[in-house]
Amino acid sequence: MDMINLKIDGLDVSVSKGTTILEAAKELKIDIPTLCYIKKLNEVGSCRVCVVEIEGKRGLQPACVTNVSEGMVVSTANKTVRETRKNILELILANHNRECLSCPRNLKCELQKLCNEAGVDNVYYEKKALRSPVSASLSIVRDPGKCVLCGRCISVCANVQNVGVIDFAYRGPQTAVTTPYEQNLSENSCINCGQCIEICPVGALQEKDDTDKVWSAIDNPGLHVVVQVAPAVRVALGEEFGMPVGSNVEGKMVSALKRLGFDKVFDTDFSADLTIMEEGTELLDRINNGGKLPLITSCSPGWIKFCEHNYQDFLDNLSSCKSPQQMFGAVAKSYYAKRADIDPAKIFVVSVMPCTAKKFEAVRDEMQVNGYREVDAVITTRELAKMIKLSGMDFTKLPDGTFDGILGESTGAAVIFGATGGVMEAALRTVADILTGKDLQDIDYKEVRGLEGTREATVEINGMEIKLAIVNGTGNAAKLLDKIRAGEANYHFIEVMACRGGCINGGGQPIILDKSKTEEVRQRRAEGLYGIDRSKEIRKSHQNPEIKELYADFFEKPGSHKVHEHLHTHYVKR
Amino acid sequence: MGTSVCNCKSEKFKQLELIIAEHKDQPGSLIPVMHEAQELFGYLPLEVQTVIAEGLDVPLADVYGVATFYSKFTLQAKGQYQINVCLGTACYVKGAQLIIEKVADMLKIKVGETSQDGLFSLDATRCIGACGLAPVMTVNEKVYGQLTVDKVEKIMKEYLDTVGRDKNANA
Amino acid sequence: MEDIKILSARFGKIKPDSVEEYINAGGYEGLKKAVTMQQEEIIEEMKKSNLYGRGGAAYPTGIKWEQAYAVKKDPKYLVCNADEGEPGTFKDKRILAEDPLLLIEGMTIGAYIMGAKEGYIYIRGEYSAIQRIVKSAIENAKKAGYLGTNILGKGFDFDLHVVSGAGAYVCGENTALVESLEGKQGRPRQKPPYVKNCGLFQMPTILNNVETYSCIPCIVNVGGERYSSFGTEFSGGTKLLCLSGNVVNRGVYEIPYGLTIREIIYNLGGGVKDGKKLKFVHLGGSSGSCLPESLLDTRICYDDLKKNGLSLGSGAVLVVDDSNCVVDYLKAVMEFFEEESCGKCTPCREGNQRLLELLEKLSQGRGTLADIEKMKSIAQTMKMTSFCGLGQSAPTALVTLLKYFENEFIEHTAGKCANGKCSMNSKGVN
Repeated sequence: MDMINLKIDGLDVSVSKGTTILEAAKELKIDIPTLCYIKKLNEVGSCRVCVVEIEGKRGLQPACVTNVSEGMVVSTANKTVRETRKNILELILANHNRECLSCPRNLKCELQKLCNEAGVDNVYYEKKALRSPVSASLSIVRDPGKCVLCGRCISVCANVQNVGVIDFAYRGPQTAVTTPYEQNLSENSCINCGQCIEICPVGALQEKDDTDKVWSAIDNPGLHVVVQVAPAVRVALGEEFGMPVGSNVEGKMVSALKRLGFDKVFDTDFSADLTIMEEGTELLDRINNGGKLPLITSCSPGWIKFCEHNYQDFLDNLSSCKSPQQMFGAVAKSYYAKRADIDPAKIFVVSVMPCTAKKFEAVRDEMQVNGYREVDAVITTRELAKMIKLSGMDFTKLPDGTFDGILGESTGAAVIFGATGGVMEAALRTVADILTGKDLQDIDYKEVRGLEGTREATVEINGMEIKLAIVNGTGNAAKLLDKIRAGEANYHFIEVMACRGGCINGGGQPIILDKSKTEEVRQRRAEGLYGIDRSKEIRKSHQNPEIKELYADFFEKPGSHKVHEHLHTHYVKR
Repeated sequence: MGTSVCNCKSEKFKQLELIIAEHKDQPGSLIPVMHEAQELFGYLPLEVQTVIAEGLDVPLADVYGVATFYSKFTLQAKGQYQINVCLGTACYVKGAQLIIEKVADMLKIKVGETSQDGLFSLDATRCIGACGLAPVMTVNEKVYGQLTVDKVEKIMKEYLDTVGRDKNANA
Repeated sequence: MEDIKILSARFGKIKPDSVEEYINAGGYEGLKKAVTMQQEEIIEEMKKSNLYGRGGAAYPTGIKWEQAYAVKKDPKYLVCNADEGEPGTFKDKRILAEDPLLLIEGMTIGAYIMGAKEGYIYIRGEYSAIQRIVKSAIENAKKAGYLGTNILGKGFDFDLHVVSGAGAYVCGENTALVESLEGKQGRPRQKPPYVKNCGLFQMPTILNNVETYSCIPCIVNVGGERYSSFGTEFSGGTKLLCLSGNVVNRGVYEIPYGLTIREIIYNLGGGVKDGKKLKFVHLGGSSGSCLPESLLDTRICYDDLKKNGLSLGSGAVLVVDDSNCVVDYLKAVMEFFEEESCGKCTPCREGNQRLLELLEKLSQGRGTLADIEKMKSIAQTMKMTSFCGLGQSAPTALVTLLKYFENEFIEHTAGKCANGKCSMNSKGVN
């Protein structure tokens, strides 16, 4: 490989041809500050925060998009660079609503960090550019007054998710990141995935805060408030309290929820096992009885909305199973209500989700059981952390608590739902046992694991070849469906998760301040989930004793009429 | 009345479909289509942008981005007489500011506005390359140069008289 | 002075879209000769001609074409920047309106050299009437066999399209223009890659100004050396200048390189109007420098101008008399840049807003000496870090006026505008 030799801040470094100055500096442990730059996603060189001086070159050059050349001499922090960078940050800050103290991003804001490090202590100017007012959908709040026009959200929305509901508009001081005619995101094909929130360097994009709804339910003595927690939450919540990425904080989380005042603390993992019972049955039924194939998973509400907008010819391929969140609500307000002898009208179901699209899913018309809303309030991992902080608990020192029965038991198959490939693997574990009639011991389907955007595998079970595909990120899903449409690919079963990496990287998860660590964080959160799976005594959904009890006592068997009434749904063209 | 407007509108949308069909397979066709659409409708309302987006298979957000980026595209209906006064530097040093103030005063509208009867709209424009005639203004495609406050008063009076006469004729 | 008319020879003398009249007036001699020459030979002549790009950047055209010729990738596109948006500039308009076939001939020679099959002329939207003339000229050239298929029976094809700009100054920047041609918002692209390697539709693209293309037929016709001799040692040929502002005879003048700015204003332009005195000249459009009386004897040629920290830019010569106030004038300049910034990069988008804000403060009598220092600092940041030429050059007028007229700015901090142009009405109001 061609190597290029250059000097950065007086230090020699040799890197391969085509490396940027930013990357070369990293080799020397020099961190050149960046704002708009996200590797491979938003390499636009527009914010100019990363400018450096190159000997013999006029002006300063952006380190993020300038490639190294032989003999280059770079200064990343000399007087000119420091002063210029400070000027640029001051210019950005001047049009940014500086409400840091009340901003949800306080202390997790990249601009705040950059300005602090660059010593921007004063904003000289008086005027503020006119920006559109705050607008909120059911899931996402946009605050143009805080937008720094880096364009990262545009890139994620268009290029990763293939959604493209926001773009730059206007120019000069009116330049904005916006929807057409400043539409609310609920008026267009936004899928509520919240990836724009995760990528936003500041507080211009946030989840719609629903913690007040939860607090008032808790404070209402007439309500029986139960909470369910999705798998991916437990391996990320600790980050909000300074714990290492990927830490499993399930026990502390359960204790915290109990102290917050929930009457019962249940587990979405329970209903994830239930989902596998139903979806596994559905898959076998479709294969054996000539049903519509491929069967495509339906756990991810961002993906569902994407499909409803853009791939309507695939709506019949979607599993009719409700997502674990909704199955939980349906069971809580029927089976649990009956068993606990509580009026379902008095039961208030709260979900803690790694996801912003779940807020939308919960209010879909279809998501009702016996006339009751299945889920009454959805908060994200971040919102739960906020509630815990507000209540003054020292989270890291809490004792380990355990989930309540009869909706609290779960298996290793359920917890891996939170990582891409997890639903597939969980389903395979159950389907394989059903097809072979055995209790198979070799249940680690490594071929479906991994963080790549699209993966394919073929597994053979009892002489039956099952062709599988796993995609994460709706952009990857779109590419795969295009191939199927064109007749270039076909499968029996496809798992789709709207977000890259699956729910562990959902739009409601803790913000990763250093975006260059995103991949690593995803990896470690996923490892956290697989670690829990390994440590579980029961690792197959159909062996969950509470699930067995549920069928024996209430639903009779998977796919029964009653099951269909409670746990299955349909989709609409949008 | 309502139906005739409606028919005329659907007629225009039919024409828009034709414009789109004509350009669809050419690369970079978005802006030419938007030019023609604006010529047809006088401006680019949301429904027109939506048809263009769907017809050319471009996200609506992109169409809106283009519509707002370029100053020639407008989201609001303009007057029958579109008056643009050049405020480029060559006109500016020749007193263009006084000219635009005079026009605004006579039409009783602010710069950037359209009169309520939909007859006149007034905008300040960047240099239109008629610096040899500075200060200049244009009314639709007609260029008026070497303006003075007196001269512009006379010109505007004529326009006002014309529309006044038209009104009488109609009545 | 020698009266050489290369570009303006036919202005007003022929029906602009008539191929017949164009040929009768000496047109198409360049193309006829070019098709008998090797491509490399023509490029060699262009290099000898010392032709520098006439759009403003003044890059040697022969070298640019040699580099583009060397790119081995097909198809190649030829693009003409006719988005003449630099305030005070109206020379391309004259060529387009009065001798469009000269441009078409120049581009056809370019197509012959590059092997390009398609070309685009991106004409600013405000020139809608002129677009029709150019389109008609293209049709007529096709009918006469000078454009289209099998040109001059030499077996090469070239088609030209007129594309209307939509009102964005930034589209004068090469990559922004290409983005616009592709149907996008006109925000510039990161360079490299340069358009000659990766331009329109990601293909190699030769992009020049109207005037530059229009010089090519003559260079081919008379040879590079002869063409070069019309100018100075380092700046070949003639240049169209646009004289405007407070001067008696405004208009477009074709001059050989080497005349002084004073000669242009006083000999060609008839001096300052209404017996007033010249205060400064804004050279090269709003993005150019402002020079005081003391620099009027600078010759128009790239080397002399450069020595004095000036550049010719698009060829605008805007004369500003002493009834004008520098702060007030700059407000008009900065309002333009604030509005025309594409909004992509921080220094240009935000910097222009802040320069205007501080100028407004000065014009209201609220400005301070610290504001003047802050303006210098922002201007420096913009110049050093803006994404494209727009932001880099937007503060040039301010920087040069501060250099030559700093006292007038300082007077404003004391609430005084000697010319009475600034209202100062907000003094004391914060």
